[in-house]
Amino acid sequence: MIRFVGVRLFHAAFVMLAVSLIAFSLFRFVGDPIAQMVGTETSIEDQERLREQLGLNDSLPEQFGRFVGDLVRGDFGFSFRTREPIGEMIVARLPATLELSLVSLLLSLVIGIPAGAYTAIRNKSPGATAVLLVSLVGVSVPTFVIGIALIYVFGVELGWLPTFGRGETVAIGWWTTGLATLSGLKAIIMPAATLAVYQLTLTMRLVRSEMLEVMRSDHIRFAEARGLSHGTIHYRHGLRGTLVPVVTIVGLQFGGIIAFSIVTESVFQWPGMGLLFLESIRFVDIPVMSVYLVIVAALFVLINLIVDITYFLIDPRIRVRAREG
Amino acid sequence: MALLEIDNLTVEYPTRFGVVTAIRDVSLKLEPGRIHGLVGESGAGKSTVGAAVMGLIASPGRVASGSIKLTGEELVGADDNLRRGYRGKRMAMIFQDPLTSLDPLFTVEDQLIETIRHHLPFTADQARKRALTLLEAVGIDDAPRRMRDYPHQFSGGMRQRVVIALAICTEPELIIADEPTTALDVSVQKQILALIRRLARRHDIGVIFVTHDIGVIGEVTDFVSVMYQGEVVETGPTELILGGPQQRYTKSLMAAVPRLGKRLPRFPTPGGDIGGKGGDDAEAWLLRRDETSTSTAVINAETANQMLNVDRITVEFGPGGLFGRGQRVRAVDDVSFAIGRGEVLGLVGESGSGKSTIAKSIVGLVRPDSGCIWYGDADLCARDSNEAGAVRHEVQMIFQDPYSSLNNRWRIGDIVAEPLSVYRLAESRRQARALVASVLDLVGVGRENMHRYPHQFSGGQRQRIAIARALVARPRLLVCDEPTSALDVSIQAQILNLLKDLQARLGLTILFISHNLPVVRQMADRVVVLRNGRVEETGEAEAFFNEPQSAYGKELLAETPSLHLLGPVIAMI
Repeated sequence: MIRFVGVRLFHAAFVMLAVSLIAFSLFRFVGDPIAQMVGTETSIEDQERLREQLGLNDSLPEQFGRFVGDLVRGDFGFSFRTREPIGEMIVARLPATLELSLVSLLLSLVIGIPAGAYTAIRNKSPGATAVLLVSLVGVSVPTFVIGIALIYVFGVELGWLPTFGRGETVAIGWWTTGLATLSGLKAIIMPAATLAVYQLTLTMRLVRSEMLEVMRSDHIRFAEARGLSHGTIHYRHGLRGTLVPVVTIVGLQFGGIIAFSIVTESVFQWPGMGLLFLESIRFVDIPVMSVYLVIVAALFVLINLIVDITYFLIDPRIRVRAREG
Repeated sequence: MALLEIDNLTVEYPTRFGVVTAIRDVSLKLEPGRIHGLVGESGAGKSTVGAAVMGLIASPGRVASGSIKLTGEELVGADDNLRRGYRGKRMAMIFQDPLTSLDPLFTVEDQLIETIRHHLPFTADQARKRALTLLEAVGIDDAPRRMRDYPHQFSGGMRQRVVIALAICTEPELIIADEPTTALDVSVQKQILALIRRLARRHDIGVIFVTHDIGVIGEVTDFVSVMYQGEVVETGPTELILGGPQQRYTKSLMAAVPRLGKRLPRFPTPGGDIGGKGGDDAEAWLLRRDETSTSTAVINAETANQMLNVDRITVEFGPGGLFGRGQRVRAVDDVSFAIGRGEVLGLVGESGSGKSTIAKSIVGLVRPDSGCIWYGDADLCARDSNEAGAVRHEVQMIFQDPYSSLNNRWRIGDIVAEPLSVYRLAESRRQARALVASVLDLVGVGRENMHRYPHQFSGGQRQRIAIARALVARPRLLVCDEPTSALDVSIQAQILNLLKDLQARLGLTILFISHNLPVVRQMADRVVVLRNGRVEETGEAEAFFNEPQSAYGKELLAETPSLHLLGPVIAMI
């Protein structure tokens, strides 16, 4: 197990180095950093002096080494747009995005897995068909339409829920949470639901197709021949067998939500990373964009590691294979 | 009172094309402690009988009429909950494939305790004790430790023992065993059969034993019912049915069973032989030597007595590369043998003995780590060898499973024509077409079927198509890897006859790989016995089967189910 994680961490380091290289190239070669920093009235001599000071005349490997070193030390540099340290900007935004993603992930799992199991066990019954039909709508309608529809119904017409922002937040150390206050909880419902719709459908359909497959397998027939109850067969032996692929896809999707909840965040003016990214693109704030790239990559790598470890807990066959080499 | 009484049982499956009757008017009677065999070819409905007794007929199938009585109690139409209560408690089932019948995610202990506690009022500790006793009873060594293991940590035979432990854990009166030894090696099969027999006798359990293997029937059953197309054609005590069958179908079935004790020039097939005749164009073309394109290596292979010489090859599998750790497995270890021209060499051994790896090395799918394979003067293992490339088409392979060896999206005419275009053997499309048609005639599929797809053919026909595909490459050496082990006995007899005919007509040299000794006896001139990747014995086939020299050879022959109950073949036709 430890060796397995060690090998994975080694792989992860490689991936992060490669991503850093891309982020560095983005920062260094997409436009001239000096030209973007200074105004038109700065003299050529001043520009050259700045170039020298910032080390932009050093060899590329040296510059890249410094770039990676700064990242490792947590020094992310400054935004072109706001002149704030990027590290602080990210820290301020990250909790909002993570909370939104976690709540929507939870929603999609809590509803998606039982719904998938139900549609598989009651395959072709009217109830299952109805659930599948509704879910088809879920994948077909774009996220922003769902978001706007929710805002219109619950925010504007009924006035039950706030239409933008996170509500009141409470700071726990550097982490600000909206889950501890009523207004925060109310504010997260609609964006989380919007973000969860697609996830939920995917999880449900995946669980369903995997479970239909598992229910046809010999060990389920053998469980029936042993006279076990339906509940045991369906949930203990059936559902558990479906979880490995589900964990994989859910993990990848979760990374996707964190990184690309841009549309939802902008519809609901959610002060998270997605909104930050959108603003950075608008102002060609390249340092923020490259740091964002590195952080998103780090999150993906981390999630994949967690997914791999989860396999261990679910499937004993992987445990043995890993032990053998 | 009989333990199980089945009367005029009929099971139907409604389909889009009308109702299909899976079994019709099946009756049988089983006493406690007895083993009743159900034998027949695929599609005969034997598994359906077992499923009907268990109440596990897959929907939309249903029992249309008849009765199933367990100690006098009617099961057909009985309450679902009652039947589920009986399943696993009063009657248990053993499936064919021990690799898949256990849940891979739970330990053996968990699955045993789960079943015991579901049916009996035991505490977890009592159930664990019982599980331990059971595992010891079915012959699992070191049971206290092994019961914590997961199914994949057991070998096939050990896993089937676990399945049997699960089946008997609630002391059932009846066990349905559906092909319980088909996936196992002969030595393991012998042990499992002995175990089932012992359990039946000792605990007075009645067993319905479903199998397609006449040898197994002769070994383990007291009574047997022969099924054909959903009906019981003949039933009675095993020695009577096997020794003196009365019905035409039973006679032909018994005649098609390869005998270990005697080599027949060909199998009697009552319906007449399919294929091996016609296809004269193809024969002429296949026999023609194309001197201009033939390399010197080939000419030497033809003139020399040895067609193929396998010289001390070793093949290893295992982790490699940057993160490679752990043990490399030596699948083939220093193996040498030669095949003479026009000879049929039988390569025998149990699973894991390296038979298939050797076949793959010869056709170039696996590269040996050391040693070489000479085809005439050409080294088939040499890297970038032009010689090997030039003779590659002369060595063709026929695979075990005709269901996966043909591309389902291609028409069979195109499948058979592919080697012609790959090796540029045909001069024109028209010639290719004509050749394919003629070869299909030759193997008995019929040229009119060229435009159909593989799924429209039965297993036997598919194997004929695979043979046709191998033939059009104009091979001199045919490597057959278990060519009939996925087929029914009567189909097997036809395919073996076809191979014999083709060998005689075309002067083919054949490497015939099989775990089935009776089949090898019918085919091989010489045999090579493999075990764990090493050669145990090489010799003339007749000498080997009459008096094997190695201890392992003796063991193998002794473990093969004997067919002493069967009468002589001639008397059956």
